[in-house]
Amino acid sequence: MSKAMEPDLQSPLGGTRGAAAGKEWNHPSDHWLRGFVLDNRASLGTLAVFVVMMAVFMIANPTVFTTWYLYSSVLTTLPVALFVVVPLVFVVTCGEIDLSFPATMGFASWVFALVVQAGYDPFLGIAAALVTGTLLGFLVGSLVVYGGLSSLIATLGMNFLLRGLIQIINEGKSTALTNLADSWAYAIFSSQVWGIPVQIFWAIAFVVFSALLYNRHRFGAQVKVVGDNPDSAKQMGIDVKLVRVKVFVFTGIGAAIAGTFSVMINFTWWPTAGDGYLLPVLASVFVGGTPTWGGIGTVVGGAIGAVTVSFIQTGVVAAGLSGFYVQFFNGLIIILSLLGHKWNQARYR
Amino acid sequence: MAERIIELRDIKKSYGQVYALGGVNLSVDRGEVVGLIGDNGAGKSTLIKILSGVVKPTSGEILVRGKPVAGWSAARSREAGIETVFQDRALAVQQTIVRNIFMGRELTGFLGWLKVNKEIEEASRLMREIGFTSKVFTPQSIVGQLSGGERQGVAIARAIYKQAELIILDEPTTALSLTETAKVFHFVRQVRASGRSILFIGHNIHHVFDIADRFVVLDRGKVALTADRSEVKSADDLINFMEDVAHPGGLPGLHEGVDAEQRA
Repeated sequence: MSKAMEPDLQSPLGGTRGAAAGKEWNHPSDHWLRGFVLDNRASLGTLAVFVVMMAVFMIANPTVFTTWYLYSSVLTTLPVALFVVVPLVFVVTCGEIDLSFPATMGFASWVFALVVQAGYDPFLGIAAALVTGTLLGFLVGSLVVYGGLSSLIATLGMNFLLRGLIQIINEGKSTALTNLADSWAYAIFSSQVWGIPVQIFWAIAFVVFSALLYNRHRFGAQVKVVGDNPDSAKQMGIDVKLVRVKVFVFTGIGAAIAGTFSVMINFTWWPTAGDGYLLPVLASVFVGGTPTWGGIGTVVGGAIGAVTVSFIQTGVVAAGLSGFYVQFFNGLIIILSLLGHKWNQARYR
Repeated sequence: MAERIIELRDIKKSYGQVYALGGVNLSVDRGEVVGLIGDNGAGKSTLIKILSGVVKPTSGEILVRGKPVAGWSAARSREAGIETVFQDRALAVQQTIVRNIFMGRELTGFLGWLKVNKEIEEASRLMREIGFTSKVFTPQSIVGQLSGGERQGVAIARAIYKQAELIILDEPTTALSLTETAKVFHFVRQVRASGRSILFIGHNIHHVFDIADRFVVLDRGKVALTADRSEVKSADDLINFMEDVAHPGGLPGLHEGVDAEQRA
């Protein structure tokens, strides 16, 4: 506002100024710790669920939980999930859902396997997988957004369609990639450092980058606004459709990375690659504290949710219960987390 | 003559068979407050949506500062210096005040990363300027926690950022308390004093009469009357005219601009 208006502000209508000048803004949580807790309550809630769950497992069987092997096995498979959980937080925040990522994982890692099998460098295979994931994400996103379809049904359909294509062409045959172990790409992306699977570091870097993208970048800001109130976003000149397509592209890229990692871990590509991730990944997003209605969410919470979900299966078995208990505990954790988040979050729409 | 900020020429908008606007001419000059009034269904909302670029007209011409524009859109409208405070405020209620003020116009630096501190600074400055400050909220408070008047403040703060040339206020006093309404009026006078323009849309004819320099009455998708402040003696004059337009034949035509045959 121009200088010409400044004197007007001293009028009674200009609000209380003077004595309170310089301190008009007073946060109810002026203490930094309280502010931090309030701003991150969803992810902290998820962390609390995880800690309580692990405590219960450890009390049930203290000895198994002190062995490194248990954590090592979780850290091998967890990164694969993280690469899709995080983009899905963006999708759900944007008010959409993507059920086609397992097929995208399978498709992109198939392209990776084909390139590596043909004798090319695995880096080229990774690049090809990323391009495939981007294109498939764009295809699915365009279908949903420009086709005006329900993302729930359309992405479910695309998941079957793409998986079906893989099955038709491969007739159920897998591809072994034995020469992968000697490659640079394997050393960088899938080996071990001090006994820790190296892919977890890549996954953590991805989570951190995505959390910044979500909270500190125009993309994240627009994703949240579009999920919160698409009409307002449109009125304010945001290309709502483009933002929606972008979140599907992001998921496609994440799925491509996840698929490639899963092949590198196993040295084998299966036509079913990625299939098993559908439900655990979805559960992780919501256990992590991202609500279903869009507009808000938490990337870090989603990552902690993925850790929680990964540990359920391992933990149940390690705690001495039979494998039959796994599904029961999966369900229990999901329900308890949802109840916790409902109590923890104020809902404004 | 003052500079013409925006001019609409023969704007028509139809939804299928239904004409929402049947050839509207409207212009706003620099530094004037134009009051747009009309009954429900007169086409006010459609006209605002066209001005703000949310809806594209079926036909007609839009001129910004005398030059016709092509590819009119919400983003283009904001670039041209037209800001709209929508009736529903167009806020994302789960986001912070900062995120709402910079919606669609995020302050970014390298590769699209947000300048978070700059945004917070600017947001508190804007909120202070229009007098919407409080001890209980900060620029990082969630809009869903605010009262109706405070939300209106956020929407207005968003509109005045970037020195908009024309601010469209769509029913800005609806559902506001007396003090909050007074604040809005105060704001309108501030904007006029700074040489910028306002298009004020209101149901409450007394409100519009108090604030506007010029009145435009819309009826069934057409401009039924354009009158300067000096030509209208009182708010009752306007009310009578609108009743007259709504029930033609009830009273003999007192005013210019109505073509009864054309409507029939």
